[in-house]
Amino acid sequence: MPVLIHPEEILETIQMVSNENLDIRTVTMGISLRDCSNPDMDVLNENIYNKITTYARELVKTTNQVQNLYGIPIINKRISVTPIAVVAESCKASDLSPVAETLDRAAEDVGVDFIGGFSALVQKGMTAGDLKLIKSIPEALSSTKKVCSSINVATTKAGINMDAVSLMGNIITETAQMTADQGGIGCAKLVVFANAPDDNPFMAGAFHGIGEPECTINVGVSGPGVVNSAVRSLEDPTLGDISECIKKTSFKITRMGEVIGRQVAKRLGANFGVLDLSLAPTPAIGDSVAAILEAMGLESCGTHGTTAALALLNDAVKKGGAMASSSVGGLSGAFIPVSEDAGMIRAVRRGSLSLDKLEAMTSVCSVGLDMIAVPGDTPTSTISAIIADEMAIGMVNKKTTAVRIIPAPGKTVGDSVEFGGLLGTAPVMPVNGYSSEKFIARGGRIPAPIQALTN
Amino acid sequence: MVPSRFIITVIGIDKVGIVAGVTRVMADFNVNIVDISQTIMENLFTMIMLAEVKKDNFDLVAFQKSMSETGRELGVEVKVQHEDTFRFMHRI
Repeated sequence: MPVLIHPEEILETIQMVSNENLDIRTVTMGISLRDCSNPDMDVLNENIYNKITTYARELVKTTNQVQNLYGIPIINKRISVTPIAVVAESCKASDLSPVAETLDRAAEDVGVDFIGGFSALVQKGMTAGDLKLIKSIPEALSSTKKVCSSINVATTKAGINMDAVSLMGNIITETAQMTADQGGIGCAKLVVFANAPDDNPFMAGAFHGIGEPECTINVGVSGPGVVNSAVRSLEDPTLGDISECIKKTSFKITRMGEVIGRQVAKRLGANFGVLDLSLAPTPAIGDSVAAILEAMGLESCGTHGTTAALALLNDAVKKGGAMASSSVGGLSGAFIPVSEDAGMIRAVRRGSLSLDKLEAMTSVCSVGLDMIAVPGDTPTSTISAIIADEMAIGMVNKKTTAVRIIPAPGKTVGDSVEFGGLLGTAPVMPVNGYSSEKFIARGGRIPAPIQALTN
Repeated sequence: MVPSRFIITVIGIDKVGIVAGVTRVMADFNVNIVDISQTIMENLFTMIMLAEVKKDNFDLVAFQKSMSETGRELGVEVKVQHEDTFRFMHRI
């Protein structure tokens, strides 16, 4: 039988992995904890620990086997669980941080990199359990290493819960202060969402949605480096040519992710959930979303034209992905986390990329203000107002938006915060000095927009 | 049983003994060559083989380790990947 694949195609794949950082960013196992509820904290913790360690016992081993089989690196193995506010609603304890410690211990024992789901969905209002969970976040994130937390405060259907937005400004600041010795790293594990997806495999926002099955495998594929070098290899392209090239490249990457995801799910006897093709940059040279935008002809990311270029990129990625797999879900688009992208960091440092421009960019890409450091003395109402703006963009545009912001303790504009690893280095960015305090203090709810009335 | 098919790529500076060295390891592991192509691309020796394994208890990790060690001794990079890696990416 002949080799059915052309040698040039084989070498293209090898090149993507060896030189352009193509990787499966994460295989994330979603586990339902709905049957773990108990009024007694000790029983609750035992139930949660047993369930996670039973379902995920083989996750790392199996994922490594599949990695070897296909020769494509799988960087992270992760777990997402049912929002803990739901699971612990009936628990009598007022502090839920012991649950976070249980999640951390379970994650450590099965060998995964992160566990997400210390979460609550409060877009329309908070239950007693939601409030307990939110108030436990600073302690939970400062006493654990692998636990990630996310709070959904807005949806297109429900509007924006401004009481929760206001509260989250305080929680974020408190979390930064409690992890001040590590630059406020707790905030890197905390996301505030509008329209949070139920099946997102990426951290820090992954949780196992209420409508999800018992156990599912979601895969996050990444490859900004591959798209970057594909775009750069075009000779004097039109923007139509660039879009076509990105589409084809993301098609190939998505196909790769799908075969791996299905194989992992099959071997673990789990349901295959979604494939999330998101261009998630890493600090490695060239593995950068900013570099792709610059390859399109912008002198520096953040200058005029950046939003248009990002809109083209995000759309082409989605189209390529949608053609390649029927299971595309999660966020699927381009991420623009500042600290994790060498090109974004450079753009901030040379003054071409501001917080305001980033906010505009989030209206056309898949997430939001991500991994942004602001001065440690930023008023909590300003942080809440930054969240409110971002939630409004998500709510009105019927898309996911998020805020992952770090008020870096003791740091000011011009300083940098080192987080290390995939989290990278965040340059501290200036915020608007005028107050938003009265607006945030009003509380209540911003009603759902007219876009919500679709029935 | 369904045989597993792997694509083996050998890339590096050309020298005497690359094919002999690599195929010896394959023979040791009872890996059969189905097809082989060899070119010089961008001044690099590039050999691509389609290989087949019919054993149930084939130790892929040991084979990969042995192949890349032999490659290192010969100054070339050797990769062993399941055929589906390429089939899924480039064919519908």
